[in-house]
Amino acid sequence: MINYPIEQIRADFPILGETVRNKPLVYLDNAASCQKPQAVIDSIVHTYSREYANIHRGVHTLSVKATDRFETAREKVRGFVNAASTKEIIFVRGATEAINLVAQSYGKSQLKAGDEIVISAMEHHANIVPWQMLCQQIGTVLKVAPMNRKGELIFEEFEQLLGENTKLVAIAHMSNALGTINPVERIVAAAHAKNIPVLLDGAQAIPHMPVDVRALDCDFYVFSGHKLYGPSGTGVLYGKQALLEAMPPYQGGGDMIRMVTFEKTQYAGLPQKFEAGTPAIAEIIGLGAAIDYVTAVGMDTIAAYEAELLDYATEQAEQIKGMNLIGQAAEKGGILSFTLDRIHPHDIGTMLDSLGIAVRAGHHCAMPVMDFYGVPATARASFAMYNTRQEIDVLMQGIKSLIEVFG
Amino acid sequence: MFEDLRDLYQEVIFDHNRNPRNFRIMENANRRVDGFNPLCGDKLTLFLKIDDHVISDASFQGSGCAISTASVSLMTEIVKGKTEQEAETLFTQFHEMTTGKTEEVNLEAIGKLAVLAGVREYPARVKCATLAWHTLDAALKNQQEAVSTE
Repeated sequence: MINYPIEQIRADFPILGETVRNKPLVYLDNAASCQKPQAVIDSIVHTYSREYANIHRGVHTLSVKATDRFETAREKVRGFVNAASTKEIIFVRGATEAINLVAQSYGKSQLKAGDEIVISAMEHHANIVPWQMLCQQIGTVLKVAPMNRKGELIFEEFEQLLGENTKLVAIAHMSNALGTINPVERIVAAAHAKNIPVLLDGAQAIPHMPVDVRALDCDFYVFSGHKLYGPSGTGVLYGKQALLEAMPPYQGGGDMIRMVTFEKTQYAGLPQKFEAGTPAIAEIIGLGAAIDYVTAVGMDTIAAYEAELLDYATEQAEQIKGMNLIGQAAEKGGILSFTLDRIHPHDIGTMLDSLGIAVRAGHHCAMPVMDFYGVPATARASFAMYNTRQEIDVLMQGIKSLIEVFG
Repeated sequence: MFEDLRDLYQEVIFDHNRNPRNFRIMENANRRVDGFNPLCGDKLTLFLKIDDHVISDASFQGSGCAISTASVSLMTEIVKGKTEQEAETLFTQFHEMTTGKTEEVNLEAIGKLAVLAGVREYPARVKCATLAWHTLDAALKNQQEAVSTE
């Protein structure tokens, strides 16, 4: 076991002390959303109690202060993903909005009928539907790179899909339904060899591993703040500056303009061009606090700790007769998607809940993945930096008991 | 270990989940409607044979959780021999029981279905129990399109 301050970390997340149905909470629904450390909660309280006003507007003290905090958060995000400039960091509501922004702004302005967009078979609906909408609007074509039974991208077939009509690759860094970590460096290299830009959906990857957008050399990287222990309603679109410069605004309104007359509007420069209207100010400042928090622990350290948790959980799961793991990629993050023989995932979810254990039961916004495995749904336990082996023991004991009850 | 769930998962429900009644395709059905719960992926096809306003036979196919399987299994048992009007009344009573609209459930009228009353304490599971009945309602109204709980 690595040296990891688990007790201290757990103490930092007040909700972990809660009881659910009179049992200590075992929160294993982190792939849906993570809990928040006190530092993030305090940050939001501090902003609203001491330093809140609208940003980029007033000359008054509070507005200047709030603007400064907000832009400091942008710098923290820049540093966290190692972007070249804060101009490349666009704040949005979440990864979903970021992908929609790229589809509607980049897609509509740079792609045309007959152009192809390549995604993978393991995408979340958020990385499928925005592209389908674009296809309906302008006649682009969606191509899907297949995966094998283990839930791994079949790289050769992905590569074969990259043709002269391919104008964009959009692929998950880590699958939310299976836990698969895709070989993103190879994906980017293969696409770039044919001058195809790549968007990486980092919604699942961002809390689990260090991400360096310049080392990855991806063209767009998107993630949600709430999965990185930050507030809901926050998200980030990273884009290479040259690409963002060439893209038209996504939404019009205040904050994204330089000058407006009734005849013509001159847009603001980056990143404001893509940030129409008042953003989630306190929440984005809170995201900065979340980044400080995970950075202090260290993303490498978190990744190593979670890898141990996943190994332990997988070992335990493999010993339970009737428990089937869905998604067994060699490269995998802390997600255990499973089915139990003759027990529907919804029943698993309710029964585990009665033991205080929160897991997700359903299609995980990845219905094509469910179809691939021929199941209507799976149950999913997903791990975060604050989970423990003891919690995995509670989960496995619960699973054994409910198998018994269902008989 | 699951003491808290006794009201929800009663033995009758386990029994119907293990051995669903009327689980078959009905070749001579004159009503056939699909029901779907997109939230959890539960799917069922309900078959009815209605002769002279009386449900002479009821059966189903599909897959779902224990609550939804038990609900549709129990439903096919109880509606057999009932008139369309009686079945509609049962639908209303069942709906009120599971959504908690009436405090007092007429247990006599609803019979065995009372074992599903526990879902009212689990808002996330109410649709599991009511899918079968919404599908029945559509079948009685002779609707052709699939029923969705959304």
